[in-house]
Amino acid sequence: MTLELQKPRPIWQIMFSTHHTDVGLLYLITSLAFMFMGGALALLLRVELFSPGVQLIADSMTYNRIFTVHGTTLIFLFILPSASAFGNYLVPIMVRYKDMAYPKLNAVAFWMIPPAGALIWLGFADFTWYAYPTYSVISAPGPAADMWIFGLKILGVSSILGSINFVVTIMKCKHPDLPLSKMPLLAWAYLTSSLITLVAVPTFAAALLMLLTDRLGASGFFNPAMGGDPIAYQHLFWFTFHPEVYILVIPAIGFMYEIFPRFSRKPIFSHSSGVAAFTLLTIVGFASWAHHMYATGMSFTEKTVFMVGTLAAVPASAMHTFNFLATMWGGRIKFATPIMWAVGGIALFFSAGAGGVVNSAMPLDFITHDSYWVVGHFHLFVMGTILFGTVGFVYYFFPYVTGRMYSEVLGKVHFILSFVGTVLVFFTQHILGLFGMPRRIYDYPAIPEWVQMNIIISIGAFIIGIGMAIFLVNLIWSSAKGKPADMDDPFGLGGKYYFPYQAKNPSH
Amino acid sequence: MSGHSTWPEWVYVGVVVALLCYVGAEAWNIERIVEHVPEDAEIIKVVGQQWIWTFEHEDGTKEIGELHVEKGKAYKFEITSKDVIHSFNIHDYVVLLDAVPGRVNTVWFSPTDVGEFDIQCREYCGLIHYNMRGTLIVEDKGA
Ligand code: HEM
Ligand SMILES: [Cu+2]
Ligand SMILES: [Cu+2]
Repeated sequence: MTLELQKPRPIWQIMFSTHHTDVGLLYLITSLAFMFMGGALALLLRVELFSPGVQLIADSMTYNRIFTVHGTTLIFLFILPSASAFGNYLVPIMVRYKDMAYPKLNAVAFWMIPPAGALIWLGFADFTWYAYPTYSVISAPGPAADMWIFGLKILGVSSILGSINFVVTIMKCKHPDLPLSKMPLLAWAYLTSSLITLVAVPTFAAALLMLLTDRLGASGFFNPAMGGDPIAYQHLFWFTFHPEVYILVIPAIGFMYEIFPRFSRKPIFSHSSGVAAFTLLTIVGFASWAHHMYATGMSFTEKTVFMVGTLAAVPASAMHTFNFLATMWGGRIKFATPIMWAVGGIALFFSAGAGGVVNSAMPLDFITHDSYWVVGHFHLFVMGTILFGTVGFVYYFFPYVTGRMYSEVLGKVHFILSFVGTVLVFFTQHILGLFGMPRRIYDYPAIPEWVQMNIIISIGAFIIGIGMAIFLVNLIWSSAKGKPADMDDPFGLGGKYYFPYQAKNPSH
Repeated sequence: MSGHSTWPEWVYVGVVVALLCYVGAEAWNIERIVEHVPEDAEIIKVVGQQWIWTFEHEDGTKEIGELHVEKGKAYKFEITSKDVIHSFNIHDYVVLLDAVPGRVNTVWFSPTDVGEFDIQCREYCGLIHYNMRGTLIVEDKGA
């Protein structure tokens, strides 16, 4: 089997390579494969919820396993690796170095992902993507739960290794003529998100070990029957995973910083504002983790502290939005597929942020918490912002990797279906949450409003599903049969705008 | 890159910060008021376990799955769990608090309308989480 790239090569040559573009390609293909797999699970869930009663999935245990693996897959096996994919391609080029700082370590970090994915998919655990004790300690069935814990452990190590590599590549291997402040914003995105990873992820790595020994009965950190406290886990978990949401979103914002200026044929409105916003988020993002825990019985003072910490992070996101719009303002915009995804992404990013402010305001969170509102909220980020930014960038990158153009018509149809579907699904979920429907339920009573909204959501999900099927066809067909791209200027923007790719990279 | 004015961005950031301050202050104030429990609130002990709710009134009467209360009175729930974390929720009255094993969490409410309202679990707790439901029955004893 050969891969149709700029110069076709047998697949094993890519698999055993440590060159940054090859590792990037492996990351990219793996992450997209997991995106389609995780998305397919979501469609199963939506068939089941289409109306009350049993539709497709025979029992609640199976349903619970499906949504657990859906969430775990898309966060850890799609979003994180897809960010690493583009980082591998571009960070060395952007800092003008021949490869990543540690090429072998880079390949090792990638090759930890397939076994972790296998553990997660073969186990099929049921305790949700956050595995709260005491359920996860005393009630969740093994070996699925234990396989999930090991899978996540491996992924945590992998992302720490990957982040060390990005930080060292940027800080130590950057060309001396390129000051840090002038480095492209996408490289800044990798620097800041990697630093967050290094500070945040070890906490969860520790919590996973504690969870495992608790499950084995050797310890009782989180088990009140043995003198422990399950709330402690939630603190450890969210200390990692609130910053993690910024680890997920920052690269996507970075992609948009590549897309907007090129397709607007104008420089970024303010490079320094972008740097400031990334840096601010890196620091302030650590002050808000317990906004996920208002309902665990925290004191009024604790809740106030974390509300203030959460609100303090909002201006940074608002600065990016402004920067994007100001970059487009007065530009000669070429509405090709990549910028359409980026524009859709900003619109959804903004809506998602507004919903986030509602969650942070303590009295309102007692209406939204653990209802479908929260499901809508974070999907507007993970799908509406992060997936949109990433998919837009996949289109943008397509000619660079394959030497061919994707079908512009199919790309636009994919965008329109996804945008319409995303609005239908996730805006409706916000309202459904206000009507009180809890998340993570296999079946629900026939309350008329709930039934109507679930039908709308399931239809929207299938619209997204059709779009994704078109995407898959476009990727496969165009990489083999698409028309050859003009490698100096594949989007016809006037050559100087297609920056990183004409930079001749010393290849093997 | 430079050469264009940056004041629109500062104005915009200023507006965002002002809005956030307003939201934060208002939220702080409202939460402070709603958390103040009236002196005469009657205590109801709530216990979650996979996958039922049990209630114990001050006079010792116990109920399973159903909870009878009187319109206009104030009640303080003392919520805990026997096994895993659940979340006690009466959505129509914005009562929502986790039932955590080893801890007792409190929240109060005062029913204003006669009728039946849904009680549900809002924290994932396993197999029958989806059907860990109950009914709040508000009666008017004075009438
Ligand atoms: C930047 C990208 C963001 C992502 C990827 C993101 C993601 C998430 C996720 C995954 C959850 C739910 C976790 C769960 O319960 O399973 C969540 C909840 C929450 N988010 Fe965000 N979020 C983002 C931004 C924001 C912003 C800007 C705010 C506030 C202004 C915010 C406020 C909240 C709050 C308060 C909750 C807790 C809601 C609850 O459980 O009651 N988020 N977010
Ligand atoms: Cu958070
Ligand atoms: Cu439950």
